[in-house]
Amino acid sequence: MPRLSPPFEQRARDLIGLYPHPRSALVPILHLLQEQDGYLTEDGMAHVAELLDLAPAEVRGTATFYDMFHFEPVGKYLVAVCTNIACMLQGAYRLLDHAEERLGIAPGGTTEDGMFTLEDAECLALCGNGPCVTVNWRYFGDLDPDGFDALIDDLRAGRLDDEVPPHGTLGRVRRSVGTPGTEARVATEARTDGHSPAPAGAEPAAAAPAGAGQQGARPPVTLDTHRSTAAVSSVDAAHLEGLQ
Amino acid sequence: MTITDAPRIVSSRLRRPRSWTLESYLAGGGYDGLRAALAMTPQQVHDHVNTANILGRGGAGFEAGRKWGMLRKALPVYLTINGDESEPATFKDHALIEGDPHQLIEGALICAYAIAADQVFLYVRGEFALAIERLQAALNEAYAYGAVGANIFGGDFSVDVVVHPGAGAYICGEETALLESLEGKRGYPRIKPPYFPAAIGLYGAPTIVNNVETVSNLPWLMLHGGDEYAALGEGRSKGTKMLALAGHVKRPGNYELEWAKVSFRELIYDPRLGGGIRDDNELKAFIPGGVSSPWLGPEHLDVLLANDAIAAVGSMAGSGSVVAMDHTACPVRAAWRIVRFFHRESCGQCTPCREGGGWLEKILERIETGQGREADLDLLMDVCDNISPGVTWPPAQTTICVLGPSMPPSVAAGIRMFRDEYLAHVREGRCPFPPDRLPRRLSRV
Repeated sequence: MPRLSPPFEQRARDLIGLYPHPRSALVPILHLLQEQDGYLTEDGMAHVAELLDLAPAEVRGTATFYDMFHFEPVGKYLVAVCTNIACMLQGAYRLLDHAEERLGIAPGGTTEDGMFTLEDAECLALCGNGPCVTVNWRYFGDLDPDGFDALIDDLRAGRLDDEVPPHGTLGRVRRSVGTPGTEARVATEARTDGHSPAPAGAEPAAAAPAGAGQQGARPPVTLDTHRSTAAVSSVDAAHLEGLQ
Repeated sequence: MTITDAPRIVSSRLRRPRSWTLESYLAGGGYDGLRAALAMTPQQVHDHVNTANILGRGGAGFEAGRKWGMLRKALPVYLTINGDESEPATFKDHALIEGDPHQLIEGALICAYAIAADQVFLYVRGEFALAIERLQAALNEAYAYGAVGANIFGGDFSVDVVVHPGAGAYICGEETALLESLEGKRGYPRIKPPYFPAAIGLYGAPTIVNNVETVSNLPWLMLHGGDEYAALGEGRSKGTKMLALAGHVKRPGNYELEWAKVSFRELIYDPRLGGGIRDDNELKAFIPGGVSSPWLGPEHLDVLLANDAIAAVGSMAGSGSVVAMDHTACPVRAAWRIVRFFHRESCGQCTPCREGGGWLEKILERIETGQGREADLDLLMDVCDNISPGVTWPPAQTTICVLGPSMPPSVAAGIRMFRDEYLAHVREGRCPFPPDRLPRRLSRV
């Protein structure tokens, strides 16, 4: 069972440097762990506990509160079908029924080939395009059963790889600087209140992640949405032009 | 003013090509609001916000300027932006973060300047992956541009901004739960008092928590002034509001409209807005301000979208999310789905919410599947009464936060407005609404 690899550990240390108190980096670091392994392993969480000087139980106890974290392997694609009120009124349960039949699994299940895990999700905030689905938290709106089938076909064929990274990858854009403003303030202002952001000052090695985000060759991310559905699609362009 | 000539304060750039980039933002006058703010004193910025009377856009509608004025005099001071939008059928902040992240950053910086914040955290719902990516990319650009970090635009003001992803928990939209989450803990709402993070917030320090839409108003406000902002709207409801319209309308979507000037009828039926009910069906009911709010009926269509006007008919403007239901919608199923959501998202600290939600869900499910009894209607109201004594509006509370009291309104409104339909489920032994709309395997999900 893996711990964080050295590059991921460095990214975790960079995250710790952004916060006045290291523990604030816990959830972002757990996202990193899930990016590395696809889910949260016990060894990985123990490593995170070491980095933050916490007990492993504190890490696990926090992680289990949050729905996005998984503690067992999931498919390459986590397909979440929203069934909350807005999507339900637009036929979300028919879509979920179709998804179960198409994938041959119930919500919570994973296909035998390890490609898909299905979830019955709460509101995903794309209600202007219901019913909607997310795949690894990338959005696909206005889906009927045919649209769902096309989505699954495209995912299997790798045609959506540019917009849908493997499960666990939350953000493909890394922070490019540390916290120069806070450091400048700490250096120039007398802090007499006892609330000084000591961890950042006390651990200069951890507080200097400048440029860390640029390490390593990474393919450029365009952040365009050609196939997935942008949240702004629910803002009607004609409406905006007409009302300018 | 009519629907058509109010300015777009927060949504004007959302559909521009590559609207999330600095290049696009600067072409539209981006960061001029921050420059204008930095040319004022922090108090002058605060005065504009007070004059504008910006009500918090997250749901509670607390005056932003008043909140800022409650900051305890101690250091450090933190600003946290609440971008954990998860209220069902609310999807405005999602669009604002993803479509115009620089506007959010600029608004947060203006607020940070006014309250002399030491650091800013942009807490974004974890599921908003693309929004998180675009916001981080925008923040990287803003640092390189000199708008964030040390000595902003060459002046004396320095502040850092950190994008902080959540990880899937509705309750983290409650501001004290959000702060717990930001401290790296389970998202448990804090016991009140202290009521306001402005006194005791992040790490115990004075903290302002503002909604995404609230601070997205600030760049425009700095350029146009509090008086021009306050000239829009009416009464307490000034400026514009992002209205997220969903459900059985022909044109669901986000519409930014002048506040207190547009009625629900216009929002739902105007061809430029909702366009009417799908298939020209009859409107049965609508949820006026997020699924926590009591439902309204066709007789309330001429109520204006304004805090006081909606409160006067026993509901709330809330987050600005409006859900329309046509005559084929089953009130039991709708209440079941809403209650199921709150039950799933209950943090579990308080018994009325943790247990009551489960009982409401079970009873509604048995009515919906034809297994209910007439006495179940009283039983539902009794459980509601235990969660929120009196089942009044605004709701009384037996819990640490308002998640629990958000369950009774949809149950109580449904029973009050559609008692016959509840009873029809019991008498017919099945849901009387069209089977093609029925979740086929309700009992399994």
